[in-house]
Amino acid sequence: MMLDIENLHARVEDKPILQGIDLQVSPGEVHAIMGPNGSGKSTLSHVLAGRSGYEVTSGTVTYRGQNLLDMAPEERAREGVFLAFQYPVEIPGVSNIYLLKAALNAQRKHRGESEVDAMDFLRLVKEKIRSLDLDEQFLYRGVNEGFSGGEKKRNEILQMAILEPRLCILDETDSGLDIDALKVVADGVNALRTAERSFILVTHYQRLLDYIKPDFVHVLAQGRIVKSGDASLALELEKKGYGWIEQEMAAVA
Amino acid sequence: MSPGPNPDYCEHFNALGEQLPGAGSTWVNNARRMALAQFDQQGFPSPRDEDWRYTNVSAIEKKRFKPLIPPGDAAADAGWLKRYRLNDAWSLVFVDGHFSARLSDVDDVPEGVTVQAMSAALANPPAAVEAEFGRVVGQTSHHGFVSFNTAFFTDGVLLHVPADTVLSRPVQIIHIASEPEAATNLRNLVILESGAQAALVETHLSMESAGSLAVSITEAVIRERAQLDGYLLHGASERAFRFGGFYVDVGTAGHFNHTNLSLGGLLVRNEIHVDLAESGQCALDGLFVGQGRRHVDSHTRVRHRGAHGTSRENYRGVLSDRSRGVFQGRIVVEPQAQKTDAQMNNRNLLLSDEAEIDTKPQLEIHADDVKCAHGVAVGQLDPESIFYLESRGVDPVSARNMLTFAFANTLVDGISLAGFRDIAQDALLALFPEAGIRKDWL
Ligand SMILES: Nc1ncnc2c1ncn2[C@@H]1O[C@H](COP(=O)(O)OP(=O)(O)OP(=O)(O)O)[C@@H](O)[C@H]1O
Ligand SMILES: [Mg+2]
Repeated sequence: MMLDIENLHARVEDKPILQGIDLQVSPGEVHAIMGPNGSGKSTLSHVLAGRSGYEVTSGTVTYRGQNLLDMAPEERAREGVFLAFQYPVEIPGVSNIYLLKAALNAQRKHRGESEVDAMDFLRLVKEKIRSLDLDEQFLYRGVNEGFSGGEKKRNEILQMAILEPRLCILDETDSGLDIDALKVVADGVNALRTAERSFILVTHYQRLLDYIKPDFVHVLAQGRIVKSGDASLALELEKKGYGWIEQEMAAVA
Repeated sequence: MSPGPNPDYCEHFNALGEQLPGAGSTWVNNARRMALAQFDQQGFPSPRDEDWRYTNVSAIEKKRFKPLIPPGDAAADAGWLKRYRLNDAWSLVFVDGHFSARLSDVDDVPEGVTVQAMSAALANPPAAVEAEFGRVVGQTSHHGFVSFNTAFFTDGVLLHVPADTVLSRPVQIIHIASEPEAATNLRNLVILESGAQAALVETHLSMESAGSLAVSITEAVIRERAQLDGYLLHGASERAFRFGGFYVDVGTAGHFNHTNLSLGGLLVRNEIHVDLAESGQCALDGLFVGQGRRHVDSHTRVRHRGAHGTSRENYRGVLSDRSRGVFQGRIVVEPQAQKTDAQMNNRNLLLSDEAEIDTKPQLEIHADDVKCAHGVAVGQLDPESIFYLESRGVDPVSARNMLTFAFANTLVDGISLAGFRDIAQDALLALFPEAGIRKDWL
């Protein structure tokens, strides 16, 4: 199992946000998570990446046999968990290429490997950046500094492509992308798909799933996964919105 | 009441004044004598003076610095110096206030341009020097460091560029303090005639643990349409004292750009004062880094004297340990200076509970049709940014260091003179050794 989330509850300050999440992700699978604003999708992504400020009150998260919640954020990253941020942070004064190199080498060191060769690295980065339709100049600009919304999202995918994580969590990477950029990002993700690598795609829009076909679609509402299905669930949601699920839930309650 | 200055200084002057540069010139002698009398009266500045409220220099007042020490450059190691020397520049190196021909390079200066040690220039001072010496500083600053410097300066640089001449290489002044407890005084004068352009790099250093006082005063006269790009790197040892004054008179449509990197010393004050005539422009950038018990004060003043002037100020402070930073920035807009466009910004990173910053922007606006803005920020590292780096596998300590370096580096990164940017980046990296920043990756 890549990821096994059981009965996960988490809160921010005194506000319960995740209220019993259950989710199993096997290697090679793509899971889409949809759901209304404020339902807890980013919170789940952050808890998985190890951001502080969330208190896990109960439940477990097992990542490749290890207790993920016990690991520091940088350890999770080095072990192959990658979060593409909904709102990537701007860091003027550190160049994009510097961060890429620092991140890759931190991971390599963790695996007991030597630093990446400078020429190999440059070749790799240039190849990836071209495939994402970004100008090479972006490498030498501050991390996300002054990037447009779409450029930031593509930059997240660039980092992902360089780091080759095992578990990729994409928090609304499709939001704010024009149709061409969406295609580029989707191609970038598809290029990374292997039988071992898993994806969790948080999205509001069916159109991303036209390009990246999910194995499962889950609906997150009020901190719980209230419905799961295959790719057709996303089409249904697109047509009918979330209202009917909430009604179903109310009927059950 | 202030106890007055150390009487040794006056005795020293009486004993050795005859040997000072310009002793053969009546006007130089008069200027020195008047300054000495003034210094004898006022001593070093007191915190009662509003402009010195946050910087107490009584430690300097109490010390018995040796004001006039004999020339000698044996201590300056040319290998060590290499780290700070621009590759392609005319360089004038001073050791403890005295010009070192051996370490300097002023070959092939173009016809009509003067790049000369002040000691040599004052042996037979050109009329322009007599006309301009003391004028620019006299219209803005009159405290004890100025009079001390005027009385005691042992050398400096005269840079005179004729009309419409663009210097092909920068001029670099390197001052090295090597003698412990010495008080050294450099006095520079820059005159750019109309349409001339030049870059001036000042590098003030001290050998390990010198514990000296270095006073440096530069006056710059930038006539119509001329442009001066000034760069300052102060990287002295952790026991060094410094006062640096840069006073500039910008003529009609003239430009002055300055980058002030204050990275060393124990007690440091830099003043950058600029007077702008009609359509004059200035851009003042600065970075001060406080570590240990360093006190570093940046005092800027921009006076818009004519209409349509533009000024931009962007200062950053990074303060850790028990250091203290001061930013006092004043913008004065005179009544006739309509259509002035002035912006001032000071952002500070406070990295320890015991570090302190006093930031005081002041706008004094006497014209009604102007655009003036200022902003100040004091803060810590952004947790969101730290998490972003951690989520890419960077450990938290490195993440913090990387962000601290980045905050400072944005200023250094923006330096247009590539050779100086490189030197500055090395100096900055040396301040954050634990940051683990790899220059070859930058
Ligand atoms: N630090 C915080 N303090 C207080 N409330 C928070 C905090 N972080 C998240 N929340 C709240 O938790 C809830 C879930 O937020 P979250 O960002 O996970 O939603 P989301 O499903 O990602 O929404 P969207 O689709 O708009 O991105 C929201 O009500 C939000 O206001
Ligand atoms: Mg969200």
